[in-house]
Amino acid sequence: MTKEPTTYDEMIQPDGSVTSPYRTYDAWFKSQDPARLESKSEEAEAFFRRTGITFNVYGEAEAQERLIPFDLVPRILSHREWSRLSKGIEQRVRAINAFIWDIYNRQEILRAGRIPKDLVAHNEAFLPQMIGFTPPGNVYTHIVGTDIVRTGEGDFFVLEDNARTPSGVSYMLENRETMLQMFPELFAQIRVQPVSDYPKNLRRSLSASAPQACVGKPRVAVLTPGIHNSAYFEHSFLADQMGAELVEGHDLRVVDGRIAMRTTQGYRVVDVLYRRIDDDFLDPLSFNPESMLGVPGIMDVYRAGGITIANAPGAGIADDKAIYSYMPEIVEFYTGEKAILKNVETHRCAEPDALKYVLDNLADLVVKEVHGSGGYGMLVGPAASKKEIADFRKKLEAKPANYIAQPTLSLSTVPIFVDQGLAPRHVDLRPFVLVSPQGVNITPGGLTRVALTEGSLVVNSSQGGGTKDTWVLED
Amino acid sequence: MLGKTAGGLYWMFRFLERSENTARLLEAGFRMALTRSSDAESEWKSVVTTSGNGIGYEAKYDTYTDTLVMDWLLRDADNPSSVMSVTKSARDNARLVRTALTTEVWEAVNDNWMTLRDLLRDPITTVDLPAALAIIRKQSALVRGALYGTMLRNDIYDFARIGTFIERADNTARIIDVKYYTLLPSASAVGSSLDNVQWEMILRSVSAHRCFRWLDEKDMTATAIADFLIFDKRLPRSLAFCVKQTTENLRYLEQEYQERHPCHDQADRLKRWVAGTDINTVFDLGLHEVVTEFIRDNNALGTQIEQDFRFMA
Repeated sequence: MTKEPTTYDEMIQPDGSVTSPYRTYDAWFKSQDPARLESKSEEAEAFFRRTGITFNVYGEAEAQERLIPFDLVPRILSHREWSRLSKGIEQRVRAINAFIWDIYNRQEILRAGRIPKDLVAHNEAFLPQMIGFTPPGNVYTHIVGTDIVRTGEGDFFVLEDNARTPSGVSYMLENRETMLQMFPELFAQIRVQPVSDYPKNLRRSLSASAPQACVGKPRVAVLTPGIHNSAYFEHSFLADQMGAELVEGHDLRVVDGRIAMRTTQGYRVVDVLYRRIDDDFLDPLSFNPESMLGVPGIMDVYRAGGITIANAPGAGIADDKAIYSYMPEIVEFYTGEKAILKNVETHRCAEPDALKYVLDNLADLVVKEVHGSGGYGMLVGPAASKKEIADFRKKLEAKPANYIAQPTLSLSTVPIFVDQGLAPRHVDLRPFVLVSPQGVNITPGGLTRVALTEGSLVVNSSQGGGTKDTWVLED
Repeated sequence: MLGKTAGGLYWMFRFLERSENTARLLEAGFRMALTRSSDAESEWKSVVTTSGNGIGYEAKYDTYTDTLVMDWLLRDADNPSSVMSVTKSARDNARLVRTALTTEVWEAVNDNWMTLRDLLRDPITTVDLPAALAIIRKQSALVRGALYGTMLRNDIYDFARIGTFIERADNTARIIDVKYYTLLPSASAVGSSLDNVQWEMILRSVSAHRCFRWLDEKDMTATAIADFLIFDKRLPRSLAFCVKQTTENLRYLEQEYQERHPCHDQADRLKRWVAGTDINTVFDLGLHEVVTEFIRDNNALGTQIEQDFRFMA
């Protein structure tokens, strides 16, 4: 028998009172004319359209660029909540970097039997080309977007580690910018920690990871698949904000053992490449030979210390969903401490007992593909029809090792602005973490994604999710 | 600057310029057809020919009518030079080079695209045409204003300007070329009423019908108009003006980069030709021949610029 989960609302307590982080905001909100807020909401949408903050949707000929709906009620975290969260994230990110180095070098965690060898050896994200190589400053995950969900006042869980090329940070920055423009008076009343340093910190963090071959001030470039990519806006936004060149694969080539970009005055060396393309497309000579997006020969230059690639190729081994289930062990193994942030209970369908349990309880579980992302290829048991469950059961039985299952978490809710005033909707949180040889830097807040449909738990922007500005209060 | 970025800027401004020129050409054609309904079909045909891609039009339609030509030039996605097509191409290039643009320029180009997309969603009727063309012209003015008012005067600006003037020179030259027979000097000092209508059409398509009168130095003759369109440096759409601007922006690039390319020599040759020729020589050599050669040289210059500044790998 499953117990009906109770949902934790971050603003309104069961007795109707307002939680402490939201008190000042609540008083301000109640003093507002709803018509004014309505017009502010439209203003925000016009602002996003004009500035072109859009994402592309694959497979839609008409209206290829869509806006991610923005909700004007902020999600607010207290200083205390944030400081615990950020400690937990930092611990986890340090462990992840130690783990990746270990996997590509001594493999002590495998030898100690804490993780099954097969999980690494047969993993698509594991790149043999990285064996025995240490990237500059020992950093593999320069940029991480840790997905956090909450189920109770003190109950935060890590849902995914996103150690490859997490996106969404431009929305974090633009959401704040929009709120500042729309409601300057709120920021005078409530002291919110700023997020605007992110691009500067990103640049600094990338520069600090420059390769041995770098002479003088490191030259940073952002590598994008091009204007048709769904996250192109973000790529150009970050390049612009950092003062870095935005390049595509065909702008780059190997020149005298370095990677150089084609400028109006000839080829110029790039020291650090913040790439927003997958490992597989990075180098047609080492990986997918069909790739037109990458740079032939870049892996050789990389291994010879001629360029820093962020994030490092092969870092995806750490955010695989099967590896995820071992994260508490990984944190303990490398830091000697208990993990501060909890993992969501995860059933590995590769294991017969777990598979049986999952098949028996499909209607209550969320089943995900081990390598999937973006909410595609997953089953949300409680929301699925009998037919969908039956279809999924066949896929699961055919390839159990491709799947993991988790209980349906009752994600916390935060109110959104609707015609009738405020209405609770489920949210998650993606804080953005920068790692460099000098340390770990976490921007206070992050991107709050919100499922705009009442009762829905799917927050992905590709499936009808929206975003909110996320506030971390000053102490 | 990345070669690709320079190329994106150059093409972005070529497309923006083309949008405005197409709108102007359409306006001139529309007036002509209104005032001379008997010959409307051949006038519309010459409008399509002037805008380029007459082959594409004829593959699609058998006749030249106001409705068909308006739709072809304003909205048709099959016409890569239709206002909507080039507006989208300009915006795609702007997205490509967004890091090189000020927020104001980007927003103006994005707004241009959004406005025209709404404006041209359904076919434009002849009743609505003047208002629609006014909006298209106004949108171009906003982009140009943002460029003038907010961009640094550096290589970014130079590539934007070079794209503008290579395109504009091409447009003006093609207008002259399609109508060249009406510009040949005739025996009579004053043109017939038929000539007058044609000349007015030509002047309108470069927005010069009023300024020609204002200058008020010469009578309206074929020679005076041809001279005006080719050699008058005060007219911002004359060939001489465009060549002067292109040469100047190329010289700034030479100074900034400390490097001289073959395109600099080509541009200088074009400039010397303009300076060393007068309208009588043009008529002696043949107006059609001279203009055809200019179009070829101007295009070759564009191609050379693309190579010299490494727009592509």
